[in-house]
Amino acid sequence: MTRDLLVPLASGTIFGAGLTLGGMTDPARVRGFLNLFGDWDPTLAFVMGGAVLVMAVAWLLQKRMQRPLFAEGFSLPDRSDLTPRLVGGSALFGIGWGIAGLCPGPGFASFAIAPGAAAIFVAAMLAGMLLVRLVEGNA
Amino acid sequence: MILPGFPEAAPLAGLGGGVLIGLAAALMLLGAGRIAGVSGIAARAFGIAPGSMSRAGAFAFIIGLPLGALAVAGLSGAATPAFASPVMLAVAGLIVGVGTRLGSGCTSGHGVCGMSRLSQRSLVATATFMVTGFATVAAMNALGIAVLP
Repeated sequence: MTRDLLVPLASGTIFGAGLTLGGMTDPARVRGFLNLFGDWDPTLAFVMGGAVLVMAVAWLLQKRMQRPLFAEGFSLPDRSDLTPRLVGGSALFGIGWGIAGLCPGPGFASFAIAPGAAAIFVAAMLAGMLLVRLVEGNA
Repeated sequence: MILPGFPEAAPLAGLGGGVLIGLAAALMLLGAGRIAGVSGIAARAFGIAPGSMSRAGAFAFIIGLPLGALAVAGLSGAATPAFASPVMLAVAGLIVGVGTRLGSGCTSGHGVCGMSRLSQRSLVATATFMVTGFATVAAMNALGIAVLP
C-alpha cells in the first residue's frame, strides 16, 4: 500500500523539480520557446531533449522487464490509431498552451510559486476536462 | 553557459531539468508500470476519468509536483515569474483541459513518454500541439495581444 503512494509521490516531486529547474514554470520562458518567428528562446528544446533521452533508455529497460519494480504489472497505452479527435484535441491543447505559457504539469507545480495564478489555471483546466466528460457522457 | 545567438537561453538548466523530468517519468514507468502523463493522472486524481492507477496514487503524484517546485525555487532563490491575467489563465486553462482530454495527453504523456517510445499517436499529437502553440504565439504577437507584463 505504501509503495503505491511513495513511487508516484517521488516521481511527481522529481518531475516538479525538473519542470522548475528547466524553466517550464516560467510562462515567459515557455512563450519564448513558442515564439519561433520572433525572439526565440531554445531552452525548452533542451528540456525536451534531456527528458526524451532518459526516457528512451527507460523504454529499453522496460522491454527486458517482466514486471515493474514496485507493482504487479505494466499498464501502458497500446493504441496506434490516428483519429481526428487526437489531432483536434492536441491542436486545442497547443492553443491553450500558447495563450498562457502553461501546460498541466507546470500548472500544478506553480502552486508552489504563484498559488493564485495556479489555482485559476488548474480550476479552469479541470472544468475543461469535466466538460468533455459531460458532453461525451462517458464515465 | 551562454548559447551563441541566444543570450537569454539557459541550455544547462534546461538540460538538467529535462534529465530530472526523464528520471521522474522513468521511475513511474519502471517502478509503477505507468505513464507519467500529467493531464491523464490529473483526470484520474480528480475523478474525471477512470484509470489503472489508484486515485490515491494519482493524487500523490499531483501533490509531488508543487513539492518539487518548492524545493528548486527555494534553493535557487529566483524571482517569482510573471503569470498571465486571471481571465487569460482561465481561458487558457479551459482550452488545455478540453484539448488534453480529447487529445489523450499533453507535453509529458505525449511529448516525453510517448515520443521516446516512438508512439505514432504521440509523435502526431506532439507535432500538432507544437505547431498550434507556435501559431498561437505568432498570431497574438501579430495582433499586439500581450499576455505577460
